[in-house]
Amino acid sequence: MSDELVIETKGLRKTFVSKERGGKKNGKKEVEAVKSIDLIVRKGQIFGFLGPNGAGKSTTQKMLSTLLCPTSGEAKVLGYDLASKQEQIRQNVGCVSQAGGADQGSTGTENLVLQAQLYGVDAATAKKDAAEFTERFQMTSFIARTASTYSGGQKRRLDIALGMIHHPQLLLLDEPTTGLDPQSRAYLWGEIKKLKAEGVTIFLTTQYMDEADKLCDLIAIIDNGKIVVTGTPEELKSRVGGDTIVFSFQSEETARKAQTLLTETVQAEKNQTINNSVHLTIKDGERKIADLLRSLDAKSLEALTVTLSRPSLDDVFLKYTGRSLREDLIK
Amino acid sequence: MSMKFLYDTKLMFIRNLQHTFRTPVFIFVSMFQPLMYLLLFMPLLNGLGAVPGIPAGKAVDEFIPGLLVLEALFGTAFVGFSLIDDIRSGVIERFLVTPVARSSILLGRVLRDAVILLLQCILITLVAIPFGLDVNAAGFLLSLLLYALVGITMASVSYGFALIFKIEDALAPTLNTITLPVSLLSGIILPLALAPVWLQDLSKINPFSYAVDATRDLFAGNFTNLGVIEGFVIIGVMAVLVFLWSLRSLKKMAA
Repeated sequence: MSDELVIETKGLRKTFVSKERGGKKNGKKEVEAVKSIDLIVRKGQIFGFLGPNGAGKSTTQKMLSTLLCPTSGEAKVLGYDLASKQEQIRQNVGCVSQAGGADQGSTGTENLVLQAQLYGVDAATAKKDAAEFTERFQMTSFIARTASTYSGGQKRRLDIALGMIHHPQLLLLDEPTTGLDPQSRAYLWGEIKKLKAEGVTIFLTTQYMDEADKLCDLIAIIDNGKIVVTGTPEELKSRVGGDTIVFSFQSEETARKAQTLLTETVQAEKNQTINNSVHLTIKDGERKIADLLRSLDAKSLEALTVTLSRPSLDDVFLKYTGRSLREDLIK
Repeated sequence: MSMKFLYDTKLMFIRNLQHTFRTPVFIFVSMFQPLMYLLLFMPLLNGLGAVPGIPAGKAVDEFIPGLLVLEALFGTAFVGFSLIDDIRSGVIERFLVTPVARSSILLGRVLRDAVILLLQCILITLVAIPFGLDVNAAGFLLSLLLYALVGITMASVSYGFALIFKIEDALAPTLNTITLPVSLLSGIILPLALAPVWLQDLSKINPFSYAVDATRDLFAGNFTNLGVIEGFVIIGVMAVLVFLWSLRSLKKMAA
């Protein structure tokens, strides 16, 4: 994989002026949607921008797609300066907004053909491209119908095909799977991975931990317009602490014996017995689980069940923001 | 003008025309008002006999050119609603992240609106012929150009406010507030020759009244009247200015 920089931002910032109502004074207030974003996305990566609603994800993405002008800071997209080379960026970046933006009154094919033509190709090439992507995203069965009749998953497929029709090197996806059923999500994840395999760099925003975890090579957690931490999903999770292994036994007495034995075998960050179960928090739990089971076996302490759970990105979010992402989703 | 700009404008024009022809009934809906005036109001003018501004028996020749200006104003005034639809569904944002020329996005729309308007003007004129309309053919063709410019102006006003408000609730009353006074001050329904001086003065600052005067001259075949040139210059300049204003609103979306 090349180390070519696809997105590079320094101090990217966006403020909006909003009118305030109520209170003593009616006045204008500056809202800092994105405070200062430093990003580096390399060629071939799937880069995940993870955060709750209103964290500044879409605003950042809109700046990168030339839809919004940054208030300050600089950025290069595919090596082109964001402030002066917007035409080149538009020509080489694909973008799928949260709303999607397909023409609901037109058929899928009409949408695809026009989109291809907007990137400057002639009608014949546009039709060829439309056919290619119809097959590629398995849309043949519905592409001739008007888009307003599509299911959520079908709409999303068309949206992404519209974003890819000009074969961009970078694809910006704003919450690609929000509101989709599990099957459609799984399908889209597969497609996104295929795009990566073809060498497309993908920058996606999401508010789903599992999505960031399964899909992304690198994750930046954004909260209140600032990146709070960046790393691979594994790095981020390992910073939170170890894995949790739970052994359950026939009785509490056995569990207590096992607890003593287990803590002699490995260095545990935390250990406790709750009813018939022993809970251990240890680093590299996956590797140590075999040793632990062998030592239990040697003393004829039979574990009924063993579960290993890794720290989730939700734990990461909690650690760095002091809040749970789920709380934010409920709000 | 670059090839790309022309190609982009053509794409946007065709896209919008396709949208209109998907529900062609709306092309006729906005003709209902002028046709009602023609059928239910013009006979009253005929009954007035000779009054200032209406030669006896020729009310139809005075009335139809103004009626077409009315169609140009009201037929295009509400096109902004379709733009709000496109903003809400993300279509405009999708266009804006492609390299498409920004001006083509709007120009493709106002040209569509102008074409639909001309179709309506021709139909209304054909309906008026059995009512005794006497029109100079060359004058009529030139008038169509002026109606197109009036339509482009009003459509641009509509798009400009649609881009600023982005919601229908604010757009409808704003457009009504504009169309009603400018149509009353154009001498379309009754000639301004009947009006008190202050009302006549007020109509002089209404650019659309020049379109009414100019097309009345053109229908009558008076090509060399100063009013004809005034009409083209005033409406032409206004169409360009208002279009540029709405284009600025579109560009501001990406600010």
